[in-house]
This record gives sequence, structure tokens and C-alpha cells, in this order.
Amino acid sequence: MAQTQGNIKYLSNPVIQNSRKKYCRFQKSGITHIDYKDPEFLKKFVNDQGKILPRRLTGTSLKFQRKISTAVKRARILAILPFVTDGFKA
Amino acid sequence: MTQYETIFIINPVLSGDETKKLIAKFKGLLKKEKAEIIHEEDWGLRQLAYEIKGKGNGYYYLIEYKAGNEVVKNLEVEFGRDENIFRHLTVSLDKNAIAFNVKQRGGAKATKKDEPVLEEAK
Repeated sequence: MAQTQGNIKYLSNPVIQNSRKKYCRFQKSGITHIDYKDPEFLKKFVNDQGKILPRRLTGTSLKFQRKISTAVKRARILAILPFVTDGFKA
Repeated sequence: MTQYETIFIINPVLSGDETKKLIAKFKGLLKKEKAEIIHEEDWGLRQLAYEIKGKGNGYYYLIEYKAGNEVVKNLEVEFGRDENIFRHLTVSLDKNAIAFNVKQRGGAKATKKDEPVLEEAK
């Protein structure tokens, strides 16, 4: 009940409207295989420290998120992608 | 006879012909086991994302072949024995991966059965 606008005291956290409807880019563009050999493509799904981006940010479906994670993990084994680094996606 | 794809990283210190000999050794082993080599790629010396055995780069080589699973087992044992091979990874290819590789090569060397090439957007 204490939704006073004055000093911004909300009881329930304000709803953050996400601007666009997230969609799985793989189903939309018809890609069926994610290759673990080319780093440029995989870098889109990895953040600055080299960690795999979560689905809630990228919006990919579960099926393709698993393919991404196996591809990234294979690339890491072959030293195509680093396991952990800082600011490598310049 | 499923299709496999093996990538291995060779010690960059070796001279040109030593790496050639090493690659020939593994290809010979594959041929001896009557595996059908479909495609080979020589990535050459590449920068590694992290140091392996104190080396900053490595010599990558890729072989795509059709074989039974015992062949792969023997190949893996051979890889393990050789200390000049830093890393090796064998991956079995499903139909999407095979189509992807064929398209990647521009479909020039399509496999004998000439499967239909998956067009990009449905």
C-alpha cells in the first residue's frame, strides 16, 4: 500500500517493460547447426569475460541454447575460445 | 559408418616436414583401418586463446572421415600416446552438421550420395 510517489517507496518492484519481444534468432533465420569452429559467430553469445550469455538476455530457445553451449565448450577445449578472460571482445 | 570430424593441435616447435610426417602418420592409420577420408583442412599455425604447455600458438589440422567406432577408439589412443599432439577432439556429425560442412565447402565436394544441400532460410 505504501506506493508513495514522493520518496519512491514501492512495495512491489516496478514492472520493467522490455521494449521488444524476444525471439529465437535461430528459428527465425532457419539456422540448424551451430559450428564450434568459427569464433566470430560464437563471440555473439559470449560476454566480455568469455562466459556464455543466459537465455533471458539473448532470448534463444532451449534447444539452440544447448547447441550454443556445447559449441562454446568444444571451442574452449580447442583453445579457439578462452575459458576466462577480461575484455577480449573488443 | 557414421561420419566423424577430428581436429588436433600439433606442437608448433616442430619443423615443417615433421608436422607433415605426423599428419601422414595419422592419415595412414585411418587408411589402414579402411576409413573413408572425406575432407581435410590445414589451418596451419594459429594463436591459441590460452597457453597450452607453455606455447602461445599451435598447428591445427582437421580431418573429416567416415568410419566405424573402433577406428575412432584406436585413433584416440594414438593421439594420447603422441606427446607432440597437444589437444585432439573427435566429433560425430549428424545430418545438420554434415549439410553445414558441405555448404561450408561451397558444396564442391558433395558426398557421393549428393544429399540435398539445406538452403539457409526456409
